[in-house]
Formats: sequence, C-alpha cells, structure tokens
Amino acid sequence: MMQSSIQKRAEYRALFKHNVRGRLVVDKIAMGIVLGCVVIAIIPLGSILLEVFKNGIAAISVEFLTQVPGAVGSGTGGIGPAIQGTLIIIGMSSLIGIPIGVMSGIFLAEFGDNKLGRTVRFFNDVFMEFPSIVLGIFAFLTIVLLLGHFSLWAGAFALSLIMFPIVARTTEESLKLVPLTYREAGLALGLRQWVVTFKIILSAAKSGMITGILLAVARISGETAPLIMTVLGSSQFFAGFDSPMDALPLRIWRLSLLPYDSAQLQGWGAACVLIMIILAINIGVRYYFATKSSAKSRLFYRVMGGRRK
Amino acid sequence: MLLAKRSTRRIPTDKIFKIIATVSGVYVLAVIGLIVFQLYSESHLVWEHEGLGFIIGAEWNAVEGRESFGAAPYIMGTLVTAGLAMAMGVPVSIGIAMFISQAPKFIAGPLSIVIDLLAAVPSIIYGFWGLLVFREFLLYNIEYPLHDTFGEIIWLFSSAPFGLDIFSASIILAIMIIPTISAVSREIMMAVPHMQKEAAYMLGATKWEMFKIAIFPYAKTGLIGAAILGLGRAVGETMAVTMLIGNATGPNAFPQTLFQPGQTMSSIIANEFIEASPASLHLPALIGIGFTLLLVAIAINIVAHLLVSRMLKVKEGVINA
Repeated sequence: MMQSSIQKRAEYRALFKHNVRGRLVVDKIAMGIVLGCVVIAIIPLGSILLEVFKNGIAAISVEFLTQVPGAVGSGTGGIGPAIQGTLIIIGMSSLIGIPIGVMSGIFLAEFGDNKLGRTVRFFNDVFMEFPSIVLGIFAFLTIVLLLGHFSLWAGAFALSLIMFPIVARTTEESLKLVPLTYREAGLALGLRQWVVTFKIILSAAKSGMITGILLAVARISGETAPLIMTVLGSSQFFAGFDSPMDALPLRIWRLSLLPYDSAQLQGWGAACVLIMIILAINIGVRYYFATKSSAKSRLFYRVMGGRRK
Repeated sequence: MLLAKRSTRRIPTDKIFKIIATVSGVYVLAVIGLIVFQLYSESHLVWEHEGLGFIIGAEWNAVEGRESFGAAPYIMGTLVTAGLAMAMGVPVSIGIAMFISQAPKFIAGPLSIVIDLLAAVPSIIYGFWGLLVFREFLLYNIEYPLHDTFGEIIWLFSSAPFGLDIFSASIILAIMIIPTISAVSREIMMAVPHMQKEAAYMLGATKWEMFKIAIFPYAKTGLIGAAILGLGRAVGETMAVTMLIGNATGPNAFPQTLFQPGQTMSSIIANEFIEASPASLHLPALIGIGFTLLLVAIAINIVAHLLVSRMLKVKEGVINA
C-alpha cells in the first residue's frame, strides 16, 4: 500500500475541515442525484415494457402468429413468415457461429497464453463492438453480390459474425474457471489433449458456455441493420435457403414506415413477440445461473468419475 | 481402451486439434482484415471520383450524370448525436454504477439485472417505442417549451420542432448506451481495492467524499475507457437512430440546430443501401461511408479496450454484449 506523503496528508486535512454539517448535506445531495440517475434509467425500460405488452397483446392472435401479411394497410394477416424467418436465421447462424466461437474460445483458453493469443483476444473484443451494419455490408459484398441475389445464407453469415466473438469470449472465460487439476487428471490417465478438452473440460464448463451461447442468440435475434442488405424481407413463408426471407426485426421496421394505425398495431404485436423471446432467454439464463451451485456439484461428480445417478 | 487405440493408430490427433483451434482463433483476425480490405476496395471508385471531397463535401446527389457524394453532414451527424448522447448518458451511467457499487445486495442484484435487461432490448424496439411513444412525449413536454421560450434567443432551439430530429435521436442513443457504460463502470468501481475505501472512511469521509478521494482517482482510466466504449456503441448504432433522426440528405442534413432533421453515417446506409444501384457511384459511396464508420469505430474501440483492460484483467462485461 502506498504511504501518504506529508503534502497528501495536508490535502486530506483540508478536505475534512470541521464543517461536518455542510459535508453531510453535500453527501445527501450526491446520494439524491445518484438515486435520480437510477430512476432515470429505469423509466424508459418500464415504459417500453409497458407499451409493448399493452399494445402487443391486443394484436396477438392465432392468425397473427401464423398467417402471411395481408395487403398493405388492410390490417389483416400476420407475421408468420417473420417468426419462421427469425427462427431459421437464428438456427443457421448458430450452425456457423457456435462451432467457430467454441473452437476459438478453446484456442484462447488452452493455447492462448502467447503473443498470438493476446492479439486474437484483443481483436476479438474490438470486433465484438463493430457496428453491425458494417457486417451487413460485408456479407452483402461477399455473398449477395457473389450469388447475385439476396439470400438467407448472407443473413446467417452476417449474424454469425456478431455471434462468434461473444461465444468465444464466454467460452474462454468459463474454460478458465475449470481447475487445472481436471486437465492434469485427464492427461495423467493417458487421454489425449483433445479428449480431455472435449470430454472433461467442456462438460465442466458447460453452464458458462450455454449462457454465452444463449446471450449471443438473444443478441442476434434483435439485430436489424445487417438483415436489411442480406435477407431483404419477404411476405412469403420459407422458400429455400437461396431466397429472401422475412425476420421479426425487419418486419417491425417495415411496419414502422407505414402510415396506417393497423400497421402500428401489428408492429406492436411483432415487437411483443420479439421482446418475449429475448427476455425469456435473458431471464432464463440468469435463473439458470442462480441455481448453478447444485448443478456444479453434479458436474463435479460426473467429471471426477463418481457415478451418482 | 483408449490407451490400446493409441498404440495401434498413430494419427496425430492432438496436432490436428491444435491446428483447428488455432485456425478458429485466427478467423477473427482474417475476418477483420477481409472486412477492411473489401470495404476499401469496393468503395475506392468513390474515393477516386470525389477525393477528399467525399469527407468534406456536403452535396448528395445520386441522379445519373450529376452524381456528387459528400459525406460531411453524416459524419458530423454521427459525431454530434454521439457527443450529445455521451453528455447525457455518461453522468447518469456513472451515477448508476455508484449506486450499485454501494447498495446492499438485495437492491444491487435486481438492479443490475434490470440494467442488463435494458441492454438486451434490441435497437429496433427502442426505435419503435421512440417513434410511437417517446417522440410525442418529447415533442410536447420538452421540445415545444424549449422552442417557445428560448427559440429566438438561442440558435440551438430555433428551428420548429417536429419530434424527428437530432435531439430525439441523441436522447434515444443516451438511453441505449447507459447500460453498457454503467455495467463496465460498475465492474471498475468494484475493482478498486477495499483498503482504499476503508482508508477513506477511516479518515472520516462521507460516502460522497469516499468516492471523490478513493474511487474516482483510482478508477479514472477505467471510467474513461467505459465512456469511450459507450461512444463506440453510440457511433455504430443504427436502427433506433434511423427511425428518429428524420433522415435529411444533402447540405440540409448538416447539424445546425437541435430540432432539425439530420442523418448519421449508419442511418443513411440503412435508408439507401437497398435502393442504390451497384452499377452507379451510389453504392460505392454508401460503402465508403461504411468504411469511414468502420475506421472511426475501430479507433474508438481500440482506445477504449486499452484503457479498460488496464483496469480490469478480466472484463466480465463482455457477457452483457
């Protein structure tokens, strides 16, 4: 610990003059301002949730969730293709993004203690903050222009670029939490490193990795900007991986551009579905984490060979 | 059994495993390199055509034969909205971080979750809510009163408010960056050693004085980094801004007053990308804006990460991405 010099002590003494009442008042004011900041931040969230649910529930019906959109401005039809598209795109980008992210996380945790590892980790963090619209342009240039048409693949590729750095970093963090003795125990049994990594360490780090993956899914399911120039949007159900497709955020955007009240109502409905998906994932993950202590002890037994069924 | 298998077959599986892992790790570097290269090479037509005028010019005309592209209003729009959002968002975020780092566990826990949920709400929903709910509130309760009282004295409030303008876009941005900045600031304030805080208390400091003499000086670098991280997010934010900024183009988009429609780099890409013909200069111009945006974002984020990681060896905030 740093020793304070004589000048420093004089400085502190000047701070603590005998005017205790004044200092307490300043303290109370500061606390009030801080509390005000918290309230300011909570009001928008409350308002968003309230409006989305209040207006969205009114729009939701079985037809709304399953039908294709009706004629523009008629207020009929639904967001069936959008829901289907969002689910397909999430699946496809997970298919690309999760393996790369997990392997990259393994690299960072197991082989990343060198210059290359540090470089990758740093740029991974920087890449995570790239504007998503730039990734959309990139997918447009590499896939849409190459194939000559808008397609689900382009959208999935763009979203996988958002996904894999998140998965990589959370995988790395959870792998690092697994004690070194697990690795040593596996290697001492004569297992090869990849067997140790996949069979022992990954299963011990499972809860953290699942969290990362789910949060990445929640993040991409709300992404709009990269989808504009990749999957384009459509009002039909799935017609092949090579054709344009609708997605919930895209549908909300298109509806927001229309001047009709009925379109607004449908937009609230779509927003409600989207926010329910995202909040369910986020709250579910947190609940899972809150109860992980018992899961961890089970994992411990399984990993250490104790069969406790 | 595994031992037996190993003695018969001698495939160097561990080497293959290491190579696959390394390739996946290097993937991110390759992607970044490819993005920078692609965006530059696809936009170099417009750099050739406009030269430096692309950055400092204000004309925006996609009509064939009279094509002219200057991105200055949009670059300024991005800087102004992000700057205003920072001015509003950073103090609030630091206040929240102060509160959470001091509050008892049963308040701090749920509050952190609420702030994280605020980060999880997608941009498009902020935009939709902003467009249909927040805009009206802002227009009648803040913009009109400001315009009516100060409109003639202060030029900032002089143009007639409409709700879709730089001011409302900045406020939405501020709301959106609060969770990012406050989550990272919280981590940083938690990382200040307890000894420092206790020493301040022992000297008789009040809570506020403890922050002033123990936490802020120690956490300064990290807090600046957190703020810059928020700036990076504000610069790249697209949908909510696109829906609220009013989407002006050309010299009119140059930000002059708070209540005028503007345009940012990301919003003009979102608005015009699909309509732009790949054969004309319009698409290269938009890609050029994307390239500029990318460079700005990379620069901001590199600075932010260097500052934050100096404070925190492991930044848990990544989970809240």
